Amino acid sequence: MSAPSPTILNLPDQSSATMPKKNFINAEHGLLSWLLTGDHKRIAILYLISITVFFFIGGAFAGLIRLELLTPQGDLVSSDTYNKLFTMHGIIMVFLFLVPSVPATIGNFLIPMMVGARDLAFPKINLLSWYLYVAAGIMMLTAMAQGGVDTGWTFTTPLSTHYLNTHVVTTACAVFIAGFSSIFTGLNFIVTIHRMRCPGMTWFRLPLFVWAHYAASILMVLGTPVLAITLVLVGMERIFGIGVFDPTKGGDPLLFQHLFWFYSHPAVYIMILPGMAVISEVVSTFARKRVFGYTAVAFSSVAIALFGFFVWEHHMFIMGVSNYSALVFSLLTMLVAVPSAIKIFNWCFTLQQGSITFETPMLYAFGFMGLFTIGGLTGVFLGSLGMDIQLTETYFIVAHFHFVMVGGMLMAFLSGVHFWWPKMTGRMYPESLSKLAAVVTFIGFNLTFMPQFILGYLGMPRRYHAYPQEFQVLNVLSTAGATVLGVGYLLPVLYLAWSLKYGAIAGDNPWQATGLEWQTQSPPLTENFTEIPIMDHEAYDYEWLEHKTQHEVTHVG
Amino acid sequence: MDSTIANPQVGHDTAEQEHEHVFVPQHRHHFATEEQQREAGSFGMWLFLLTEIMFFGGLFFAYLLYRNWYYDAFVAASNTCSVPLGAANTAILITSGFFMALAMWAAEVRKKKTLVITLICTMLFGFAFLGIKTVEYHEKWVEHHIPGASFDVSEFVNPAAYGLHAQPLAPDAAQKTQLFFFLYFAMTGMHALHMIIGLGILFWLLYRAQRGDFTAGYVAPIENFALYWHFVDIIWVYLFALFYLVNLHPLAH
Amino acid sequence: MGISPVLWQFLVKWLNASALFPSEASTIAPYMDALYFFLLAITFVGVFLVATLLVVFSVRYRKTVHPVARQIEGSTLLEATWTIIPLGLFLICFVWGALLYFRIYNPPVNSMNIYIVGKQWMWKAEHPGGQHEINALHVPTGQPIQLTMISQDVFHSFSIPAFRIKREVIPGRYSTVWFQATTPGQYHLFCTQYCGTNHSAMIGTITVLSPADYKKWTEESTSGMSLAQNGERLFASMGCNACHSGNAAARGPSLAGVYGSTLRLTNGSQVLVNDAYLRDAILNPSQHVTSGYTPIMPTYQGQISEDGLIDLVEYLKNLNSNDRVQQTLTTTQSEQAAPPASGVVKP
Repeated sequence: MSAPSPTILNLPDQSSATMPKKNFINAEHGLLSWLLTGDHKRIAILYLISITVFFFIGGAFAGLIRLELLTPQGDLVSSDTYNKLFTMHGIIMVFLFLVPSVPATIGNFLIPMMVGARDLAFPKINLLSWYLYVAAGIMMLTAMAQGGVDTGWTFTTPLSTHYLNTHVVTTACAVFIAGFSSIFTGLNFIVTIHRMRCPGMTWFRLPLFVWAHYAASILMVLGTPVLAITLVLVGMERIFGIGVFDPTKGGDPLLFQHLFWFYSHPAVYIMILPGMAVISEVVSTFARKRVFGYTAVAFSSVAIALFGFFVWEHHMFIMGVSNYSALVFSLLTMLVAVPSAIKIFNWCFTLQQGSITFETPMLYAFGFMGLFTIGGLTGVFLGSLGMDIQLTETYFIVAHFHFVMVGGMLMAFLSGVHFWWPKMTGRMYPESLSKLAAVVTFIGFNLTFMPQFILGYLGMPRRYHAYPQEFQVLNVLSTAGATVLGVGYLLPVLYLAWSLKYGAIAGDNPWQATGLEWQTQSPPLTENFTEIPIMDHEAYDYEWLEHKTQHEVTHVG
Repeated sequence: MDSTIANPQVGHDTAEQEHEHVFVPQHRHHFATEEQQREAGSFGMWLFLLTEIMFFGGLFFAYLLYRNWYYDAFVAASNTCSVPLGAANTAILITSGFFMALAMWAAEVRKKKTLVITLICTMLFGFAFLGIKTVEYHEKWVEHHIPGASFDVSEFVNPAAYGLHAQPLAPDAAQKTQLFFFLYFAMTGMHALHMIIGLGILFWLLYRAQRGDFTAGYVAPIENFALYWHFVDIIWVYLFALFYLVNLHPLAH
Repeated sequence: MGISPVLWQFLVKWLNASALFPSEASTIAPYMDALYFFLLAITFVGVFLVATLLVVFSVRYRKTVHPVARQIEGSTLLEATWTIIPLGLFLICFVWGALLYFRIYNPPVNSMNIYIVGKQWMWKAEHPGGQHEINALHVPTGQPIQLTMISQDVFHSFSIPAFRIKREVIPGRYSTVWFQATTPGQYHLFCTQYCGTNHSAMIGTITVLSPADYKKWTEESTSGMSLAQNGERLFASMGCNACHSGNAAARGPSLAGVYGSTLRLTNGSQVLVNDAYLRDAILNPSQHVTSGYTPIMPTYQGQISEDGLIDLVEYLKNLNSNDRVQQTLTTTQSEQAAPPASGVVKP
């Protein structure tokens, strides 16, 4: 008997394989059929293209920032330009990339298929959501073309209301519209998950991907409107000069902080939960095992969403809030850290007694687990009141959130894109090149952001255009890493595009995964299923899959 | 824009066998049954209203804070809001809501003429509300109570000169009335915006109702719009209480 | 192939001049560092644990040696373990951090107070003796120093990494932080809250001197008038002495000794008179009317700068009797009125 192969990849015989004759991509032709589609899969592809565009714009700004920070003096760009660069990098990355990344692309594509439905509950609202995203993006670009905005992505008042003459209102409008795009996505997901599960699909038979998106959707729906009204208030204060946030008129600038962070903290969980959703699926598939502690992981997602609403003041510990309120929020912050830890350990133990292979999605998932652990634990530093005094508003914060967002979320996004690429396109990506990109990304990432933890404790403030000489070495290391990271992100765009024409034909289930989406053709039909499936087995049921495969082999025709 | 289906007959036959319901022309093919579609639509509207509560919530929170800090200024400013007009508006809006509920009933029992008439009444009362609002806003403009450059606190600092019996406020406290008026315009303005959007949708519903779209078994749009209209109504009730009735002593001298 | 000696020298010098860990220059710094190392330890242990699990399981259960997976539902014991242990560790961090926080934000009673005014894009430090500094602060060792800070415009944040202290500097209200310096030397002062164009230029130097050197410095750098003296001038020139004259029939309450006392207000509440109260009473007098008096005090919002307010507050802090108030009363009423003092800002 030959040794078992080191991969679970199971492609059809390439000499005779063809793409399915009818699928959602060739079902209708013409640009209008895409721009006016109701098909959740087409909308997912539209989103994928748009967020990639904005990712690279935001990434270009990051490149310029790191280039400037090579030298202690502010000598590449002027102070105002630098301030605009980090502001727009933040706004684009948060609102136009991270928030919609997994939900609007992978979530949109897969959630109906995972629950056994033909589409999301409200296809037109789904399309509207994409148009709102595009409108927000165009508005953002307009603000940039007009000269940009330099408030910081946090729009802190009274700086943003009374002390800047850049395009704050245009940008606030753009973010407002992007917020509604997010709300509609979340609303669609919640209704779909509640009302459109196929027969037999109980809550505890849902893939954990769906649970995590459900939790994220609750946050989107309940949190984002508060951001919307906050931005409206900032706009009105700027335009009409009302004193809601102006202390000379009786207003309170801290009111803005409370309102802003009430959304912006749940926002970080909106960003990370879908990433965790991907990791559950990937780890299970490449270990050939049901996720360890399914119920714990499912409830942890919901717990993160719930607790996430009650910790916003930890962004304001040094802002003169009452010491006793700070106590309460610090305690709650410690509590919200626990479910994330539970998930990490559950994923680790999914590997035990498994049969593990190391394809690209799994490599990214490993990267996620390590880097998110570091990022999450550094969050505990910041949640600890006294420690926060030294670390807040420094590069420690920058390193912390880049670890969880880039080392965590972005890696999870890439993991998901690679994992479901064959399902979405019917083509396989080139494995060796993708492994290389994953490793390059991991190395580049660590080189970029590890030094920033040290810079943070040293006291180097964030949003600094120029800095004292003794911080230069660490900054140079960070910039060097950023260069490597840039290469790591460019590679997938290139080879994924290549694979659309030249990639191997993937077949229905190249990863031999469980999950309803893998039991259909790749790419799927527009209506997903010819018949609504009936779910008669648990999630991640590899024994069922084994039985089904054998059944198909022995019962051809 | 509907998704095409490879085998539409299969889906429908099964549905009809299981449920034996009438196939409504507005049935969307991604739903297994019309029941599912209706429930999904309703759930979606409730969720949307939840987002609206959070949206208004930010303003309510700001109101809470500043009323607590500047109570005297809020009392003085609130007393300039005309309670008769506000109460009339409340009654008008509740009546409008009543007609909307009647419209829902009419759609369910398939009485097209009643549906059209009740929808028209809903709209008329809605417009009446906006009309009175316009009068009130105009009043505020005339009295220099619109926050901004033209805002004038003299009425609060020296009420006697205006023939009012209110307690005078110190100048620094009087400045705080601007916050009250800002919140007044922001919240009633946001509410009015939602009403205008609602009236727009009502026009469209009226048109479709006249065509008979909602009296043949498909009532979801009327149902869901009614939810929205009642929500807008409830928000107004809170606004009336918070802005018009602060420390009101109608029976006092 | 060796590195050129010139390049090597440059690298060595560069690396030596580079920092990896901030110096400990205050009494609280060791405590902060202790918590930091504890948190680092937890992080290393956590990451090491996760990495070990990943590597060991990956090697042990890779497909080529473990081709068939065994389905395991879960383990309540394990779930409990990795819920309770992290929670326990995090709660330790919470308690430790909270103690440290209360320590840093509750100044000891014998602190020397220095005022800080932040504005775009500079720091102004005002010592009670009248010494004014821009983007600099001289302090002695061995003495707790409390900083009472306010912003003239937007949010700033006053940060001295070597002392391990930082606090937001907010428009409209005072914020405070305290420290006790231990080692003479020069340390960085940063503004850490983004405040506009020259945010990165809003930096300065903290100079810690021995007590003797500090005394010498205060004597050499005084501009003549102490803050309190300046406040006294303002008090007279703004006409405050007219109502707060200390006479029995005066329209305003006597302010001698009011600082630190508990006042009963007309609305029935009782307040402790501190810096924030005094500043607020000048700007929003109608909300701070002492019981037994009518709300006739005009507001000075827009008429006095933050510097002027600090002068007044400092004056009132040290006001023990009304004798000099009476004197200035007659002076301002006389034909030879004193010229307006500094710190008055016309709107």
